[in-house]
Amino acid sequence: MRLKITHRTEYSYDQPIAYALQRLRLAPLSGPTQNVVDWTLTIDGAREELRYLDHFGNDTRLVSMSGAPRNVTITASGEVETFDKAGVFGPGKGFAPLWLYLPPTPQTEPGKGVGKLAAEVPEGPALERLHILMKLIFDRIKWQAGTTAVTTTAEEAVGQGVGVCQDHAHVFIAAARKLGFPARYVSGYLLMEGAKDQVASHAWAEAHVDGLGWVGFDCTNDVCPDERYVRLACGRDYREAAPVSGIILGQANERLAVSLTVEQ
Amino acid sequence: MVAFDEMNPATTGLRRPYAAYNDWLNAQDPARLTEKMRDAERVFRKTGITFAVYGEAEAAERLIPFDIVPRIISGQEWRRLTQGIEQRVQALNAFLDDIYHRQEILRAGRIPKRLIAENEAFTPEMIGVRPPGGVYTHIIGTDIVRTGENEFFVLEDNARTPSGVSYMLENRETMMQLFPELFRQVKVLPVENYPALLRQSLAAVKPANLDGPPTIAVLTPGLYNSAYFEHAFLADQMGVELVEGQDLRVVDGHVAMRTTEGYKQIDVLYRRVDDAFLDPLTFRPDSALGVPGIMDVYRAGNITIANAPGTGISDDKAIYSYMPEIVEFYTGRKAILPNVPTWRCSEPDSLKYVLEHLSELVVKEVHGSGGYGMLVGPTATKKDIETFRKKLEARPSNYIAQPTLALSTCPILTEKGLAPRHVDLRPYVLVSDRVRIVPGGLTRVALKEGSLVVNSSQGGGTKDTWVLDD
Repeated sequence: MRLKITHRTEYSYDQPIAYALQRLRLAPLSGPTQNVVDWTLTIDGAREELRYLDHFGNDTRLVSMSGAPRNVTITASGEVETFDKAGVFGPGKGFAPLWLYLPPTPQTEPGKGVGKLAAEVPEGPALERLHILMKLIFDRIKWQAGTTAVTTTAEEAVGQGVGVCQDHAHVFIAAARKLGFPARYVSGYLLMEGAKDQVASHAWAEAHVDGLGWVGFDCTNDVCPDERYVRLACGRDYREAAPVSGIILGQANERLAVSLTVEQ
Repeated sequence: MVAFDEMNPATTGLRRPYAAYNDWLNAQDPARLTEKMRDAERVFRKTGITFAVYGEAEAAERLIPFDIVPRIISGQEWRRLTQGIEQRVQALNAFLDDIYHRQEILRAGRIPKRLIAENEAFTPEMIGVRPPGGVYTHIIGTDIVRTGENEFFVLEDNARTPSGVSYMLENRETMMQLFPELFRQVKVLPVENYPALLRQSLAAVKPANLDGPPTIAVLTPGLYNSAYFEHAFLADQMGVELVEGQDLRVVDGHVAMRTTEGYKQIDVLYRRVDDAFLDPLTFRPDSALGVPGIMDVYRAGNITIANAPGTGISDDKAIYSYMPEIVEFYTGRKAILPNVPTWRCSEPDSLKYVLEHLSELVVKEVHGSGGYGMLVGPTATKKDIETFRKKLEARPSNYIAQPTLALSTCPILTEKGLAPRHVDLRPYVLVSDRVRIVPGGLTRVALKEGSLVVNSSQGGGTKDTWVLDD
């Protein structure tokens, strides 16, 4: 499938910024599930300082802003050819060892709620257990925008019973790790039927299964990623795979507007 | 426990390296020496005042007692020591490169995986980073103890941000001021070129994509840091800028410092800020001491950070116990300098032994340093031992234990004349395109009679360390 994507993030500030840095993971790379046909990242009002591959192999850019411009627009757009691999990404690349994906991170620290959820998964073949876990999360945590924040933890999301894709992914990661599976966070895009315009980019989780490698699980939709999915970045949790993360010095307040279209 | 005295061993009498010094000493009027001792204190207090300008409250801490009797090592002894140290730092760098890439040593099962996987010093952000020249630890302070004529052991590898080198330099300067004639009678190898060597060494590992000479700077946490004097001193001696995090930012893909003429690119940063505080965008977000984005610049290959982030994985005390295996794995040879035998309390048999022999052993925290949180069995009270036993039983993997070594002694000058006190040695090792070790180092001495704890925080002092040109 060929997907055309345009992802615009517009920041506006109520006063000039002293200095800010944004770390962008907004450039997909070709891999087993996708081939990037073309992609451009345009930055208005800020300057690209660096580009490099991070420790998980993500294409990462660092941009800086300072002084007068009160509006910064980052536009990521291009065309990606995707393949349906039934959710299987396969063996990991790079030097990050599998054991790195086993311990909890602050956002995926399991508490009672995650523990109970994980305990509901019966013994059985690995893949089956992970599918059961995905369904459990799909049933228990209803998708509802605006109920959680980027800092919400897996345990908090389980407690609230509502959340967005980030929360679903964190809960899955926390529970899968508790069950002994290396697990990671994937940020990306999803083609949604009948909805060209979207409010935000997507996220899902991957667990490592012996013999298969990394396998994706999207608990928001109770499916394994197929050709409607485009991968941007991965990491141990949201913090490491976030499409945009940054630091801002000074008093300016930031307002954010996102527009995203994914179409065939 | 009879300790080996490096000047006058009980069995053989005066040792050769001390012969010339001893001749000079015998010709001295004892009253003059006592006077010199006071002079030394004055010299230090004078320099101490400059240390104290920056933070009055810490002035007392910075006046570490100095003893005027030098610790003397023969050229031959030194050559053997340096061979062992060189082998060890090469192994440490190979280990770091491996740990942040293929992890062959774990695949080969030579050290347990959990030692790395459960170690907070393992820094995922370093995965896949090969720093300029392949050097991770540019500056190492290898702590060495001696127990006999030919018995040297490595006690600790300080591979993060070892301090104390300014004392090595100050001690020599003070000795030369006090006893200029002594340095004419005894041929002592110089240490005062350390800052120049440090500068050369740092310049030799500049980023690969940089043409021309690099701009070097020293990054300090600031004047409230207890080693601020050393940071300022080294920057001054090397003739490079001393900077703080707030002076730096990412400009044109490089780390740059604010100057009166705008921002100036920095190519090599000798940082004395701990990993956790180095980059708020990557590590602790509340750090005001670091440079946001410096890790991005580093991964892009546009700056050399000395020492590299994540080197703490190599000098942890649990890893230390595997150093003989690590040296052999990467160099293909047995370690020239042995480790002190070490029991890992994480292993049930070892724990059992340690608990049964607490009164004979030294027990240390795996992540501790500076002589804090340790038990010295032979000098501890029964109550101390019982308190420690509980800690050990609660978290065994947090501790290692070592036999109480009869550390060698060296005389110090007391009111009643010369008296032996226990010493250790920290030579400073510079790694770049080659390994450079300044002949000398920091000799720490336990000033209290019989004490084995040489840390300045626990009542230790320092001595000038001589390597003879023989």
